[in-house]
Amino acid sequence: MTETLDLFPVLPEIFAVVATVALLMLGVFKKEDATRGISGLAIAVMAVTALLVVATGGERHTAFGGMFMIDGFGVFAKVLILAASALTAAMSLQYLDKEKLGRFEYPVLILFATIGMMMMVSANDFMALYLGLELQSLSLYVLAAYHRDSARATEAGLKYFVLGSMASGLLLYGTSLVYGFSGTTSFDSLVKIFGEQGAHPHLGFIAGLVFIMAGLCFKISAVPFHMWTPDVYEGAPTPVTSFFAVAPKIAALILLVRVLTGPFADLIDQWRQVIIAVSVLSMFVGAFAAIVQTNIKRLMAYSSIGHVGFILVGLAAGTAEGIQGVLVYLALYLFMNVGTFAVILCMRSKGRLVEGIGDLAGLSKTNPAMAAVMAVLMFSMAGIPPMAGFWGKFYVFMAAINAGLYTIAIIGLLTSVVSAFYYIRIIKVMYFDEAGEAFDRAGSTALSMVMAVSTLVVLVFTFIPAPLINSAKAAALVLFPAAAG
Amino acid sequence: MTDWPLLSLTTFLPLVGALFILAIRGETQVVARNARNVALLTSLATFVVSLFILANFNGASAEFQLKETAVWLPGTAISYSMGVDGISLWFVMLSTFLTPICILSTVGAVEHRVKEYMIAFLVLETLMIGMFCALDMILFYVFFEGVLIPMFIIIGVWGGQRRVYAAFKFFLYTLAGSVLMLVAMLAMYTQAHTTDIPTLMTHTFPQAMQLWLWLAFFASFAVKVPMWPVHTWLPDAHVEAPTAGSVILAGVLLKMGGYGFLRFSVPMFPLASEYFTPFVFTLSIVAVIYTSLVALVQQDMKKLIAYSSVAHMGYVTLGTFAMTTQGVEGAVFQMLSHGVVSGALFLCVGVVYDRMHTREIARYGGLATRMPKYALVFMFMTMASVGLPGTSGFIGEFLVLMGVFQMNTWAALFAASGLVLGACYALYLYRRVVFGKLVNDDLKGILDMSPREVAMFVPLIVIVIWMGVYPSTFLDPVHASVAKLIDNFELAKAAAHGVSVAVR
Repeated sequence: MTETLDLFPVLPEIFAVVATVALLMLGVFKKEDATRGISGLAIAVMAVTALLVVATGGERHTAFGGMFMIDGFGVFAKVLILAASALTAAMSLQYLDKEKLGRFEYPVLILFATIGMMMMVSANDFMALYLGLELQSLSLYVLAAYHRDSARATEAGLKYFVLGSMASGLLLYGTSLVYGFSGTTSFDSLVKIFGEQGAHPHLGFIAGLVFIMAGLCFKISAVPFHMWTPDVYEGAPTPVTSFFAVAPKIAALILLVRVLTGPFADLIDQWRQVIIAVSVLSMFVGAFAAIVQTNIKRLMAYSSIGHVGFILVGLAAGTAEGIQGVLVYLALYLFMNVGTFAVILCMRSKGRLVEGIGDLAGLSKTNPAMAAVMAVLMFSMAGIPPMAGFWGKFYVFMAAINAGLYTIAIIGLLTSVVSAFYYIRIIKVMYFDEAGEAFDRAGSTALSMVMAVSTLVVLVFTFIPAPLINSAKAAALVLFPAAAG
Repeated sequence: MTDWPLLSLTTFLPLVGALFILAIRGETQVVARNARNVALLTSLATFVVSLFILANFNGASAEFQLKETAVWLPGTAISYSMGVDGISLWFVMLSTFLTPICILSTVGAVEHRVKEYMIAFLVLETLMIGMFCALDMILFYVFFEGVLIPMFIIIGVWGGQRRVYAAFKFFLYTLAGSVLMLVAMLAMYTQAHTTDIPTLMTHTFPQAMQLWLWLAFFASFAVKVPMWPVHTWLPDAHVEAPTAGSVILAGVLLKMGGYGFLRFSVPMFPLASEYFTPFVFTLSIVAVIYTSLVALVQQDMKKLIAYSSVAHMGYVTLGTFAMTTQGVEGAVFQMLSHGVVSGALFLCVGVVYDRMHTREIARYGGLATRMPKYALVFMFMTMASVGLPGTSGFIGEFLVLMGVFQMNTWAALFAASGLVLGACYALYLYRRVVFGKLVNDDLKGILDMSPREVAMFVPLIVIVIWMGVYPSTFLDPVHASVAKLIDNFELAKAAAHGVSVAVR
């Protein structure tokens, strides 16, 4: 490689790292508690980073000898990730105040995790991928245990750490197998090698591929690697849960898409079987296991497992259309989830956060606006048109059927009927049941804003779908230069 | 006036009204009154606008008219496209006609959360009208499924004792049916590369594919109609829904299934429709006879009428799949007639329910002495339901039976027996409620219909007589579209069976 050191593609990441370290220093040297200020600055950093991402992105560029890459697909993903992180960081403020958990490390950790995710998305080499993934994971482990005086939170953090490390180990082992058989970890070189091998690659590659997929499936909490999800979601502080539910999921799914349609594109016949199995299992577990949940955070955990199953349907299609579906779904999933968690964060009774689904009883009488928001989001999650959630499902299943995957489409849509049951049960609790105790009237502006924005997006998307769909399409076509023609 | 987007205007006007209601603030009483007034005015305005559709419609043409198209989902063939033909025209009118009456009927019946109720109802109206106007398959699906949301809320919030059970059953039953339809729609899109309904009607799908597609659509529409044996959600939903909810459910929502058969199953999958005709006939005849018998033993007024709806919709499916001019026109007419008549019957139940808060038949009796006006209206609607000549019910049933007779004598015979049973349960209901001695003490103070209630029934009675005496008004715009439907069906059949088209 005789490339000159061109840092232009890494500019957003460099800016974010420098800013984060500066914020860390600011926090350390400031005498009084500065959580609020630093959180605000962190959100500003994310906004600026997003602008930089958009400004530098578009064309494909590589840096660090081809280990790092930016392209249109990455831009789309990074904007989603930054939006998710910024929204969840804003949502946490009130919680941190009320629970007296305010420490300046919180926004800094979120920023580090976000930088890790951006690195993952831009990875063009297994080493870069692993570095990004670990930066993200380590920050997340700490965040899960952030409420250090709570036994549940520390347990969640430890559980996440132990299982997460194992998944990282699996990923690393898979990478080493691939390296052992090919002599390279670079995505570009792998594409060439697999292209030459044709339809029957060496068994070692397939073993490596399976290990890599197992590791990544853990990160996206797809069945059968989902065991940690409900416990961690329930145990972690609620704002952290809302962060977990969105940004890392998006990053890991994007990474999975990148790896499978990038270096392993020619092995589609091999990985498609795995993705289909994982997808069907996730849809089943997500639909059936959630029915018996009484804790809303656990319910959201299973709901996210189900959504991952649906998203993987688009990946299983393995076409530009399928990836477009994945991106549309992820963008809508982002809004549905932050909106729902904003409602969950407003569930305070007598100064404490409550998490039972039963606590929502009669919400439509005590707080009609919040109930309406939640109802819209739940119908959307259930995939009932004209709510936006329907279009996510629509695009992935359309791609699946175009690719001839009829069975998985039928199974998927039937499980979506089952999952509709528990979503509408929440609406039933809010609207049909007698009013329970009203929640504390202590909404914060940030939470109300997030609720309003996500509800608006969910409602209006049906009428103005073009911007999101066009940009998702453009991003997806980057991965399939042939389809772009 | 014709260059106005009349269909979109009719569709989205109620939604605008709903947004207005959303903005109403103040004391509960004031809000309730204002919300009701806004809803009533909006629905009346919608009805007036829909009259312009009728005025601008050219009944001699079989084409889709008043078409509107706009770009919707980029990168796909899916567009926002609206239009009506002779078949959908009357369903739009039915929806706009029934909604103001429903809203009028809520006075005294719905007194809590009136604002939300009115919003739900107007949203429901938008979705219903949109569904009948949609000329794009996916747009149709969005409206078709969207109806579940307001209806779920209406049953669940303002329903009776077992409302939660009924709302869930309604929601999940219909959702399960329609997701299969979505798969079929996506498969059709993959095969035909279009979601435009008029284009798809001329597209020929491979025969084997037609069978699967037909079954998937059937799963959705059969639940909606509802056909035996997937009708069980209907009695529950009807019994628990508030009066206005029942009226819309019976009046319009059930028609979505019948309309779906005419819009999708028959024209797009003619070979499969022919193949499955004996199957549909069997289910329909079972529905007609079995549910009529079940209706005979009901103790609950609403449940009885709900079962009678299943039986009446059995005629609709019979007529649709008879695929003769009389059969199909009869099916359309029967749907319109049933929409008005069963809606009116549910309103009749609502009138006494508002006074006595029970639907149990045994609690009534001898109402004729206290409520002569009510007895007259109820009598009239019972007769229309039975199919007395001179009422709309007669025309629909007669046309269907005639159409079916040409195709299959035995089916017509069995179906006709349903008429006798229908007279039995309807008259039996009427006798138990209205005639006899006034034995229940609490009935002695019951009041006759108020002017508002009379105002609700007058348009219904006028329409029923009009449809019964001069059905041409309603059938004339339908002729051309039905003729085209049957022509295409015969052509497809002939092409598949290797008979030269020229010979015909």
